[in-house]
Amino acid sequence: MTVHFKQDKPDESNRLDDMRQGVIGKALPRVEGLAKVTGTATYAAEYSIDNCAEGVLVTSTITRGEVTSIDRDAALAMPGVIAVIDDPRLTTRAAQGTADEAPQQKPKTVCYWGQPIALVVAETFEQARDATKHLAIEYRVEEGAPLDPNTVEPEEQEDETVHQGDLAHAMSEATHSVDVTYTTRGHASAAMEPHAAIAQWDGDKLTVYASLQMLNYNISELADALDMEEGDIRLVSRFVGGGFGSKLGISEEAVAASIAAKELGRPVRVVMSRQQVFQCIMRRSETTQRLRLCTDANGTLTGFGHEALVSNLPGEEFAEPVLQSSHFLYGGENRELMLKVARIHRMTAGSVRAPGEAVGMPALEAAMDVLAEEVGIDPVELRLKNIPEKNPEEGLPFSSHKLAECLRQGAEAFGWDRGPRKPRQTREGEWWVGTGMASAARVHNVSEAKARVTLKPDGTALVETDMTDIGTGTYTILSQIAGEMLGLSPDRVLVDLGDTRHPRGPGSGGSWGAASIGSAVYVACQAIREELASRLDVEEAELDLSDGKAGSGESIVDLLDGKDLAREGYYEPGDIADDYTASGFGAFFAQVRVNRFTGEARVDRMLGAFGFGRVLNHKTARSQCLGGITWSIGVALTEALEFDPRDGHLVNPDLAEYHVPVHRDVPDLDVIMVEERDPAASPIQAKGIGELGMCGGAAAIANAIYNASGARVFDFPMTPDRVLAAMPD
Amino acid sequence: MRPFSYTRARTLTDASQTVSDDRAMAIAGGTNLLDLMKLQVETPSQLADINRVGFAEIEDTDDGGLSIGALATNTETAVHPRVRADYPVLSRAILAGATQQLRNKATNGGNLCQRTRCYYFTNIDQPCNKREPGSGCGAIDGIAKLHAILGTSDQCIATYPGDMAVALSALDAQVQIATSDGGSRTVPVRDFHCLPGDTPWRENVLEPGEIITAITLPAPVGGTQLYRKVRERSSYAFALVSVAAIVELEDGRFSRADLAFGGVAHKPWHDPRVADALIGKAPSPELFDRAADILLEDAQGFGENDFKIPLARRTLHAVLEQAVEEAS
Amino acid sequence: MAQTISVNGAPHSVPDDPRVTLLDFLRQDVGLTGTKKGCDHGQCGACTVIVNGVRINSCLTLAAMHDGDEVTTIEGLGTPDEPSALQKAFVEHDGYQCGYCTPGQICSATAMLTEIANGWPSDASETLEGAVEISGEEIRERMSGNLCRCGAYANIVAAIRDVAEQSA
Repeated sequence: MTVHFKQDKPDESNRLDDMRQGVIGKALPRVEGLAKVTGTATYAAEYSIDNCAEGVLVTSTITRGEVTSIDRDAALAMPGVIAVIDDPRLTTRAAQGTADEAPQQKPKTVCYWGQPIALVVAETFEQARDATKHLAIEYRVEEGAPLDPNTVEPEEQEDETVHQGDLAHAMSEATHSVDVTYTTRGHASAAMEPHAAIAQWDGDKLTVYASLQMLNYNISELADALDMEEGDIRLVSRFVGGGFGSKLGISEEAVAASIAAKELGRPVRVVMSRQQVFQCIMRRSETTQRLRLCTDANGTLTGFGHEALVSNLPGEEFAEPVLQSSHFLYGGENRELMLKVARIHRMTAGSVRAPGEAVGMPALEAAMDVLAEEVGIDPVELRLKNIPEKNPEEGLPFSSHKLAECLRQGAEAFGWDRGPRKPRQTREGEWWVGTGMASAARVHNVSEAKARVTLKPDGTALVETDMTDIGTGTYTILSQIAGEMLGLSPDRVLVDLGDTRHPRGPGSGGSWGAASIGSAVYVACQAIREELASRLDVEEAELDLSDGKAGSGESIVDLLDGKDLAREGYYEPGDIADDYTASGFGAFFAQVRVNRFTGEARVDRMLGAFGFGRVLNHKTARSQCLGGITWSIGVALTEALEFDPRDGHLVNPDLAEYHVPVHRDVPDLDVIMVEERDPAASPIQAKGIGELGMCGGAAAIANAIYNASGARVFDFPMTPDRVLAAMPD
Repeated sequence: MRPFSYTRARTLTDASQTVSDDRAMAIAGGTNLLDLMKLQVETPSQLADINRVGFAEIEDTDDGGLSIGALATNTETAVHPRVRADYPVLSRAILAGATQQLRNKATNGGNLCQRTRCYYFTNIDQPCNKREPGSGCGAIDGIAKLHAILGTSDQCIATYPGDMAVALSALDAQVQIATSDGGSRTVPVRDFHCLPGDTPWRENVLEPGEIITAITLPAPVGGTQLYRKVRERSSYAFALVSVAAIVELEDGRFSRADLAFGGVAHKPWHDPRVADALIGKAPSPELFDRAADILLEDAQGFGENDFKIPLARRTLHAVLEQAVEEAS
Repeated sequence: MAQTISVNGAPHSVPDDPRVTLLDFLRQDVGLTGTKKGCDHGQCGACTVIVNGVRINSCLTLAAMHDGDEVTTIEGLGTPDEPSALQKAFVEHDGYQCGYCTPGQICSATAMLTEIANGWPSDASETLEGAVEISGEEIRERMSGNLCRCGAYANIVAAIRDVAEQSA
């Protein structure tokens, strides 16, 4: 029985707070923790399947053109090599998040250097990998593919454009103004588990063990790619070794494994090499961002301009949504926002953790620091002064808004000195030491979601959905939500995720997982509660459940009469999204040291304060915040994709030369979770937290670099060469 | 990896015979070789595993120096009591490189032979004169942030990526080599690596069949010993610029200034004129600048790595300032 | 004589194809998939195992080179029923998220505590001599060969410190 709930108005009842089990929000350890720490959690490539052949993708060595021939004889003559597959259904890019249809296919048409064009299958991995180097591939090269986003005429993303008032006039009339341009380099998700799939056919039924974030979309994307019915496909992703956007859409190895397994009549595993993960999946676009900000004498914004240039391949709909939070974070009646996309032939641009704000917020918040200096006020004060009452463009109310509290609590806990700020005030040996801060903002998303909850006669509950847990804590929070609602200890709740045989969840992405699937579980549990209440002949509101018993003493097991009690919850966001602007907010504070000789910058300590609705598990939510702050350090200091200027190939496609932060880059971090209930965000009053923690943090570090050393750098990441170039003597 | 036959060498002679064939290679730690074999940058048809032929001892030499076996690991070397006490610059350089896991496996001989990290060298679908003579240099007009500013050629601008050899160069260590005829020869570390010139594929002076057996360090040199590595993250990254320094002052003037530089050339860079400029002089920022002027007289950037020229100057300043402070 | 490698105390035959890395041998031949392949090039540390008491990257060594060696993997350090102190501490401190780098982090940390006890210095050590003081900076430098993209570093360090302080 499916119970449908569509949220059309705010829910102030905060029902979870009325429950008696007392586990919601608790800092419980992860239910799958022991499996992860003992190496017994099974990831996509690790299913033990008999007679499994090994496939390795072959990638193009040209930028644009056609594969005219593949001479496979030499490869097929090699020991163990079974097949060379160049089926036109092979996909050449990963699907964008929520695409719901197959990405680009026809592998003979090459659009970027490193694009998959074929698959070699052999008995062993070493045989297959070696054979990929023995194919004689001929191309017809189409010269002149544009590669530099700054040399093509970009397309305007019109739905992002805002012209409100007259910004140019406001800038010229304002007491204080800044007009600054920032750049950010491309980023890679670089999830630790490479993309992997094992495909296995049983007649016309296909099972794929894969590493994917959104099975609910991936199943239709795969079905579309293979021209199959969804009902004939099963996807399994019980453990996902990190996603960060890179596994939102069906990726090339899953489609290739499926095609090969069918053709060969035996299971096939395809695991991307690390280099292929870098080249064939998604990059976050580089950006160029112009910020124009102006205020009156007191520092109140009168104008706000944010224009950004990003890039992607021709035909890709995704454009890094740089301006997403700029639309509502600060006031200023004269507004100019514009997003442009340059069509170039670098690898596909798509979602990487916190698409948009991950790079838009650092630029905006670095510009705000320049503005604070120009106005001559404390940068915390400047933010507090400019928090709008309502969305300054659409006039919508905010569903909840904790920016001011985050700024104040963060400043207090960090020990922020609100006195006059001047750069280069503190030196410790070779190091200049300083502090910086920034606001955090990330739009809140929710998605429809389904989950089935079954109360079992043995006194346990089972939660089933094809939702994934990519490290965010989904297994654990769902056991807490169901446990709270049904009066069970969470260890009596079994959560079964990552299997499309279960009801469709929302998928993990856009920080929407917890609020969306949590709401579906909540809706299902609410329906079970109603059934239990009716069996007890009481109102649901009067039903007190805890530790397997109703308040009146009856055991839940006795009410089941030996039978399962199952409900499927179907949560739909509803019209409420049109009535409110919903976002997570926060503040970052950082202390940074900059070497006066070498320009090396190191973060000494960092704090983030965040408001994101109800906290479902203080341990896993805090971890999400820590992860976000850690990514902020990468954006600020180390991470940059480098592309060859002549053929656009990714020059640093590995973890030695693409510098994700290492342990030593990350100091002790403090997290403050500003507890709130957001009645419009979801029926469980929770918002997302997977991304907020990195939306602006890089600016706190950039601003601290300036405060420490006097180097005002306008390019992220702030590597020693750039800091030195900007450092006064 | 291409298929290869694997043999475990029992003796050095075994190993030497095997690797006389130019399609065969010796494998010790394997941390660099296997990395490159997976990329098919290296495609030996035969691997001679030399891990059990001995030459792993670290022992005193007759003249009070120290002989470090080629097959001793980087870790065994860095933590050896005599290395820590008498050659701290070597411990420091090793500890600044790679990670504990890699240093636990990597051997000293292999580390000397470590190949460049040039992006075009490691990508077999790009031109590289080092990997494929005559194919061109991808880096010169490409992405060259990591690349050399000294001793480059129009064939190659790659750097030697290691840290250990930079310290060995400052220490004026000697490489002991077993020759293919059963004999041996000694080459100063400073002469072991080659500049790219017209033969960028030739990275060191080893001839076919030759195997490094040990590195000998001179009798303890004392002084203040420092290794400074500038990198883009705080650990586990190759040097943008590094400096190994052994410095002594007498009566407020430099009496010793052995300096070697990493990240700037196809070999650990040692320019005797730098010491000449410093010795006998009292430390001052102006003096350090003159030393840097000499060091960088012929430095040439390739756009993206232009910053290495001022960075090398500044790092030299930092190291000399620290050394003077510690020495006095 | 058949060549064997001891994995968590059990003997296993060395594979025929010399190209097989110790990592692939463990995952494919032995069937112990707790050791992870993250990069296959010694750049992430997910494949860290302990060989003859010393931690190494199992991706950058051939199985054939290890006949007679004793290999300990994450499965050999503890089980869900009997986790090691570090394994328990990682759960308690949430020293992981997606879990993929976790076995490597724990193998690495296990060996690292021995290295510290043996007085091995690191790049972060103030001096090269004497006992090593277990500080955050020491742990971070010594663990820097194990990347965690989820960004669980702060919790990983907390878990390791907890165990280090208990055993100190």
